Amino acid sequence: MYPDNFRYTREHEWVLVEGDTGTIGITDHAQQSLGDIVYVDLPKVGVRVELGKSLGSVESVKAVSDIYAPVTGEVTEINKLLADAPEKLNQDPHGAAWLVKIHLSAPAEAQDLMSAADYQTYIGVEK
Amino acid sequence: MRYLPKSDSERRQMLEACGVASPEELFSHLPEAVRLKRPLDLPPGISEYEIVDYFRRRAAENANGYASFLGAGVYHHFRPVLVDAVVSRGEFLTSYTPYQAEISQGTLTAIFEFQTMICQLTGMDVANASMYDGSTAVPEAVSMAVRSTGRRRVLIARSVHPEYREVLRTYARHQGMPVEEFGYQPEAGTIGLEDLEGKTDDLTAAVIVQSPNFFGIVDHAKAAAEIAHRRGALLIVVFTEAVSLALLEPPADADIVAGELQSFAISPSYGGPFAGIIATREKFIRQMPGRLVGQTTDSRGNRAFCLTLSTREQHIRREKATSNICTNQALIALMATVFMTVYGKQGLRDLAEQNLAKAHYLAARLKSRFTGRFFNEFVVQTNNPDAINKALLKRKIIGGLPLARFYPELSDCLLLCATEMSKRADMDAVAEVLA
Amino acid sequence: MIAKVRPHPSQNEPLLFERSSPGKLAYQLPALDVPSVDPATTLGPANVRSEIPDFPEVSEVEAIRHFTRLSTWNYAIDHGMYPLGSCTMKYNPRINELVARIEGLAWAHPYQPEALAQGSMEVMARLEAALAEIAGMDAVTLQPAAGAHGELTGILLIRALLEKRGNPRKKILIPDSAHGTNPATAAIAGYAVENIASSAAGVLDVAALARLVDRDVAALMVTNPNTLGVFEENIMQAAEILHAKGAMLYMDGANMNALVGIARPGDFGVDVLHLNLHKTFSTPHGGGGPGAGPVAVKKPFEPFLPVPRLKRSGKKWAYDYRRKHSIGRVRAFYGNFGVLVRALAYILAHGGPGLRNATVDAVLNAVYIRKQLEPYFDLPYTSPNMHEVVFSDERQAALGVRTGDLAKRLIDYGFHPYTVSFPLIVHGALMIEPTETEGKLELDQFIAAMISIAKEVEADPQLVKNAPYGTRTSRVDEVTAARKPVLRWKPA
Repeated sequence: MYPDNFRYTREHEWVLVEGDTGTIGITDHAQQSLGDIVYVDLPKVGVRVELGKSLGSVESVKAVSDIYAPVTGEVTEINKLLADAPEKLNQDPHGAAWLVKIHLSAPAEAQDLMSAADYQTYIGVEK
Repeated sequence: MRYLPKSDSERRQMLEACGVASPEELFSHLPEAVRLKRPLDLPPGISEYEIVDYFRRRAAENANGYASFLGAGVYHHFRPVLVDAVVSRGEFLTSYTPYQAEISQGTLTAIFEFQTMICQLTGMDVANASMYDGSTAVPEAVSMAVRSTGRRRVLIARSVHPEYREVLRTYARHQGMPVEEFGYQPEAGTIGLEDLEGKTDDLTAAVIVQSPNFFGIVDHAKAAAEIAHRRGALLIVVFTEAVSLALLEPPADADIVAGELQSFAISPSYGGPFAGIIATREKFIRQMPGRLVGQTTDSRGNRAFCLTLSTREQHIRREKATSNICTNQALIALMATVFMTVYGKQGLRDLAEQNLAKAHYLAARLKSRFTGRFFNEFVVQTNNPDAINKALLKRKIIGGLPLARFYPELSDCLLLCATEMSKRADMDAVAEVLA
Repeated sequence: MIAKVRPHPSQNEPLLFERSSPGKLAYQLPALDVPSVDPATTLGPANVRSEIPDFPEVSEVEAIRHFTRLSTWNYAIDHGMYPLGSCTMKYNPRINELVARIEGLAWAHPYQPEALAQGSMEVMARLEAALAEIAGMDAVTLQPAAGAHGELTGILLIRALLEKRGNPRKKILIPDSAHGTNPATAAIAGYAVENIASSAAGVLDVAALARLVDRDVAALMVTNPNTLGVFEENIMQAAEILHAKGAMLYMDGANMNALVGIARPGDFGVDVLHLNLHKTFSTPHGGGGPGAGPVAVKKPFEPFLPVPRLKRSGKKWAYDYRRKHSIGRVRAFYGNFGVLVRALAYILAHGGPGLRNATVDAVLNAVYIRKQLEPYFDLPYTSPNMHEVVFSDERQAALGVRTGDLAKRLIDYGFHPYTVSFPLIVHGALMIEPTETEGKLELDQFIAAMISIAKEVEADPQLVKNAPYGTRTSRVDEVTAARKPVLRWKPA
């Protein structure tokens, strides 16, 4: 369920580091708590995102949640799929419904995040 | 008291069920220091008859039986009888905001129809379910432009309603939005395009023009759009006389339309309550303030309506909301919806043409200050506006608005409005006095 | 399209555009008594529009039937109770409608000469005075069009005074129990929002307040009683803490229905507050508005009030525009005059003693409901409640049923739901405010309905989760409405 090659944040984002490219998404736990997702607000290509700061938001009918950047870098690609089909984020949050790709400023940042095992423990503990 | 539906014995039963000996005990937990220790200094309650009498006497202290040529943002149009018949129904009058869609389909359907008709009239893609009034719709439109462009400067024409400009300043002052005005052409009364061109730059979020403008003149929205768009700014077009939408070319180049619907069967009522609208392009939907009704289906597959895109709003996004607005003007919007339904496609057109005819009949007998084409309002040059209005009052006519209070350079002018309700005899009297 | 074979609430009434056909009409204008003019010649052909595309054309009979049928699909106060917490959905007296329509008041143009508007001005002056007395404050502005508008005005007033004193400051403290308009308003007024957590008892944590208030804090925005229906017993202490650091106490008057005639905000340290005439003062909600949100202030704020102000000039009323410290206008003209008339009529009908009696009944009704429902629903905060009570869905949630489901099932019993999921400090909240205009019979029916639903949750949770059943539509698909917004009708 939670890929071993992803790193995870306490705010339920994941990042997949491949060289100096990072792919960011939200976890299955996150999409479950949000319920049916109706809209995803993503930054434009070229925007700089900073570790811990909001890069956009995810909306369900009755709630909005900020997406916090797990790493620092520049947005190189956004997932166009989500503009027309935000429900994909409920269906495949770890795969087809990634959010953005980042050119990483500091790839080592990801090491400070949780492993899949740690994340699963974390969400097991969190109510 | 007739609105309190409990008998004394019922109160006693309830107090007992609460384990409380007297009503005063319900408040015994309040700190002594906060308690009001005397009765409110208000007279005792009065009967229905006395209430009606009180307000009849107040009404008698206002103008009664006068013909009026005042416009300036509030218009005297006939209110079709069906309007009050519909809005007086308890199901509309005493219902709540339609958050619970299953038991609010009446309100929701009517608002959906309203949104559609406003789109049809303004030529925009989407319209919201009303703002407080035209004057507050302007800063809301500006906020949309600021959010969409990422810029902060605002340019507004001096020919936009003076009180609307005041309201914008109050709102803009604390949000770091510099507001600058651009002028009008002294002969035509339309916006000064060179002045606008000179002031528009890459920091401009929005250019705001009104058409017909405060002087009643049909303004150059298209030209303003060209200037604004060339610099990456949005064009906001404002209207105060909704009937004009039935005859005038809609502002196709506007990004946002902000306006006042008072003309559509909303009583002048000394300035409120009215209903403002914001209508815009598809791409700005998520920046819109206020409630939106959307079409959907229920679990049985039947068409149904509900409030939607609520995540823009204060109850969800709180300090990041597109606006703080909560209450809108649903009942007022319903009045406008019934008005639009009664007149319909042909009727609104006929109504607008009658307004055009009446105003031009009157204007032909007077000395217009501006050369620009106008709808049902125009500015007249006089030698003494106050003396003229005084003379008209003696004939039980309220004349036009003296412009001195808003435009010192037009201090010898009056703004006159004639609608379908203006009678020929009264217009002839005005012409006589002004001669 | 289903033909008319069922009673009206179930009947498929189409949209106006679907009823429309060319040539039908519902209007007749009088003949022109002046010559007609050609629009193209008069306005210039480029300025004249073609016909309004797809605008409806229906007959008068179809128009009245259309809206009448639509109205039968609504719930309303005239049908029964709205237990909506912090909304104060009380009876809308019909006499208010009559007096607001008296011609001299309804047709008054805001720019008509002051000498011919004395009646309107007297109405406004009388209402200002009455609200000042009720609130225990020194001056009132009637300009704001609604509660949120009043909040903005109030915060701008605070900013103006603090600016005059040398430092407008940077942030506003808002309790986590606050209504969403509070933080939204603070942001528009150019302030940063800092949340202050409620105490374990659900009230203002004065120790936390004392820690947070510094010279960067402009004000604390409170609702009193708070959104749990509980009186903020430390409000005077809070006021002292704020005032000691030059900060202000703003009160959201949404819950005034618990206080009128009992306690006055001005007496317990409030500097600025707004009132909701469409809540406490019975003006009708009309499906979402109009309202009015007058703001009442203490003397130091008076110079900053929106312009114009009413002033006495000999035996007459006049407008004072020479207010150089005013924050300016917050809307065109003077206020929602038609709403002000209704509120004044309400105040005249009750009178001083009557207003107090209404408050007593409002609190009695809410306490009665609490006592009867306590055995069935979790009560997260046990302090004495006033005009409203907040339960949580904790017991029912254990069986998979949430507050939203319970609310939908309540509809099947003939009631409008209570306020769902608010305030945020109660997870799964059920916020119930009956108001004083509910009698014992209606309250007992409501209580019986709630108890029955609690029992249904235990016996058959799915029954509750799929509610409502008896309504014109079943649960609507809000998800698709948000994913693929369709915000207007379009021809096929």
